[in-house]
Amino acid sequence: MSQSHNRGLIEDFGRWREFAPGMWAWIFHKFTGWVLIGYLFTHVAVLSTAISGPQLYTTTLRSLESLLLVRVLEVGLLAVATFHIMNGIRLLFIDLGVGLESQDKSFYASLVLTGAIAVASVPTFLSGAF
Amino acid sequence: MSTQLQRTETEGDESPQEQRLERKSLAEGEREAQRTEEESTGDETPHVHLKVFRYDPEVEAKREPRFDDFRVPAPQGTTVLDALMYARDEFDSTLTFRHSCRQAVCGSDALFINGSQRLGCQTQIQDLDQRPVRVEPLPHQEVEKDLVVDMEHFYDQMEAVEPYFQGETPDEEEQLQSRENREKVKMSTRCIWCGACQSSCNIAAGDNEYLGPAAINKAYRFAMDEREDDDIKKHRMNILEQEHGVWRCQTQFSCTEVCPKDIPLTEHIQEMKREAVKDNLKFW
Repeated sequence: MSQSHNRGLIEDFGRWREFAPGMWAWIFHKFTGWVLIGYLFTHVAVLSTAISGPQLYTTTLRSLESLLLVRVLEVGLLAVATFHIMNGIRLLFIDLGVGLESQDKSFYASLVLTGAIAVASVPTFLSGAF
Repeated sequence: MSTQLQRTETEGDESPQEQRLERKSLAEGEREAQRTEEESTGDETPHVHLKVFRYDPEVEAKREPRFDDFRVPAPQGTTVLDALMYARDEFDSTLTFRHSCRQAVCGSDALFINGSQRLGCQTQIQDLDQRPVRVEPLPHQEVEKDLVVDMEHFYDQMEAVEPYFQGETPDEEEQLQSRENREKVKMSTRCIWCGACQSSCNIAAGDNEYLGPAAINKAYRFAMDEREDDDIKKHRMNILEQEHGVWRCQTQFSCTEVCPKDIPLTEHIQEMKREAVKDNLKFW
């Protein structure tokens, strides 16, 4: 055959409705992983204000905590971290060859747990924010 | 006979494989309603609307990929392959697709049907939920014409793991395999080289050097065969342990999901990973 056609369209994210649980788990794991890496940098940046003395550190943290957006993002961060941990444990079991048959169920379980923990954390993170 | 799966009726102690097969057929009941609906449209045969990917680089006007619509009769038991053959024979003789045995053995007609890799001959129209039925060539492979994709790379990957028995042949006797060992490799021997798994694999799509699920499954079949010498096993593990071997698998389970022969591919890949680790771990 002289020519062949390379389709870019079929394999794009537009097929998300057809993704299997294992695929979603992989996507979420990648996504949360990148978010955590991003957070790590901000975390280090905030902590490093302590180099210039306790005063600056305290004011930085206080002003950050006074922002509603930061409070909400903290809940999101907890959810992201929880999912990454839960799915990480799931992947560990998969690597050990344990429970490969219920890999979809364990993914749903980590989602549910993540949701529950995030909701339970709302009173702590958002108290006094409004 | 030995490759046939025996279904047990007892609910409690089903093997994981049986549970998966059961899950795969669970959606059956939901389709029952649609089935009766299709059947009850008067006395005439129910028809199905096919949307088929078309592309022909050798004809100027067909160089731009498009979808053609076909309305073909689909009485009970009609497979997607039957429908395609009807469309080709009755409407458009230029419609091109591979097929041979029509009974899910030759592995020629793996297609992308309604957004999933399936065998055209194994997929009954009535078992598909979406209408119209979309038939496309396998993703992640280059299209030669219409539904025909270039399988060369897939075959290269399969060849790379040396997919043939390399045991020493004893002088007078045949090579007997223990029952347990046969059971262990049983599922992996069912591969028909259709390429559905390779096409569904995200990693294989992004990394051309990755062996892919089918090839690793083939390697599993021989590496786990006790009749082969340790040297050969070592040699096989060397192929698998490379950077683009088993370690590329990120356990998305896409291959296991689409395999028309129900091979637990991810399970086999994971087992080869563990073998690779065991191979290299040294505590002294």
